[in-house]
Amino acid sequence: MTGASAAFAAGDAVRVRRAFPIGHVRAPFYIRGKAGTVERYCGEFGNPEERSVMQEDGPPIGLYRVRFRQAEVWPDYRGRPEDSIDIEIYANWLERA
Amino acid sequence: MHDGHDHAHPLRPDRDEHPGYYQVMATALRELLLEKNVFTAEELRRQMEKMDERGPHLGARVVARAWADAAFKTRLLADGPAACRELGVDIGPTRLVVLENRPELHNLVVCTLCSCYPRALLGLPPDWYKSVNYRRRAVREPRAVLEEFGTRIPDGTAVRVHDSTAELRYIVLPMRPAGAEGLDEAALAALVTRDAMIGVALPKAP
Amino acid sequence: MRRAHDMGGLPGGPVTPEEHDYALWEKRVDAMSVLIGNKNIFNLDEFRHAIELLGADAHEKLSYYERWVYAIAHNLIQRGVITVDELGRRMTEVEKTGRT
Repeated sequence: MTGASAAFAAGDAVRVRRAFPIGHVRAPFYIRGKAGTVERYCGEFGNPEERSVMQEDGPPIGLYRVRFRQAEVWPDYRGRPEDSIDIEIYANWLERA
Repeated sequence: MHDGHDHAHPLRPDRDEHPGYYQVMATALRELLLEKNVFTAEELRRQMEKMDERGPHLGARVVARAWADAAFKTRLLADGPAACRELGVDIGPTRLVVLENRPELHNLVVCTLCSCYPRALLGLPPDWYKSVNYRRRAVREPRAVLEEFGTRIPDGTAVRVHDSTAELRYIVLPMRPAGAEGLDEAALAALVTRDAMIGVALPKAP
Repeated sequence: MRRAHDMGGLPGGPVTPEEHDYALWEKRVDAMSVLIGNKNIFNLDEFRHAIELLGADAHEKLSYYERWVYAIAHNLIQRGVITVDELGRRMTEVEKTGRT
């Protein structure tokens, strides 16, 4: 997965991996395991998990802005069914849904 | 209310009389870094000035232009940094995304992991943006948080939260308030508050 | 395991519209961190990582820029830019003379 740029396209159904390692992770806890839709590909960036421990020479990884339905994220969500949340997720945290 | 540009806030005591542990550390670090030529006193001064010059007035100019000029708005939504450059607003390397509020959609920005904020356009963030309560609740109960700011979103309007935790930075393009037709850009900019560009408030009425 | 900084969605109290004008020392810390980043002394992810390592009660006990000061010091030591010994001695001196 690492280094694979634009593995997903806007509109693709994706799921954030459900994993709980230690370390500096930018995929928020509450979104792990949740399914959403790619809103856009944001380009390639250094991997924060590696950069946080001074490993700066690894290959860049893709970043995707993913849109989730709030009702999917929070089972007890009180709001409109159309309410949504957008989060940028690095490629190594995404799998096809 | 707390829109950040028309009233002064009390200055938090600088505690220079009795600096705390981390203030002492900050002074020690500054001295050591200057001695080691990591940066110069001049560079430090210039960076502080640069940040002092940033503030919601920059974002307000961009929003006011978008309200006044539909073609600019289209360019702003397509490429935020380029549109800001057009106005002579230098946002450096910030990857700015502008979120358009529409009758059917209201946008709200938060960073749950730290406090990522569009500093280049809005300056330093207010304390509440960095607060635990905002970071915890904005993603899960955005409508309740909006109500605490006195902002009522019509029932027919969807709310979209943007958890800004990675590389992009977001500002909200609020809807132009009714009655603002025909105002010039300076008058329009005066209606645009910082909180409206974060998405917790609506612009002022003319 | 959810870590302390990763707080989105947890229950919380009302959002009070608090803010303050930033003090001089806070602006200095902000500017130092920008310059350190621009000069590639350490990267933003290291900086965030160090803040996260402060743990659960850091948000109650330390202010925002106090957490930044901790992280800057931690990363400068880790990168070998300053030593623990230098920092300790200089802090003693700063405290003794009351320099700000």
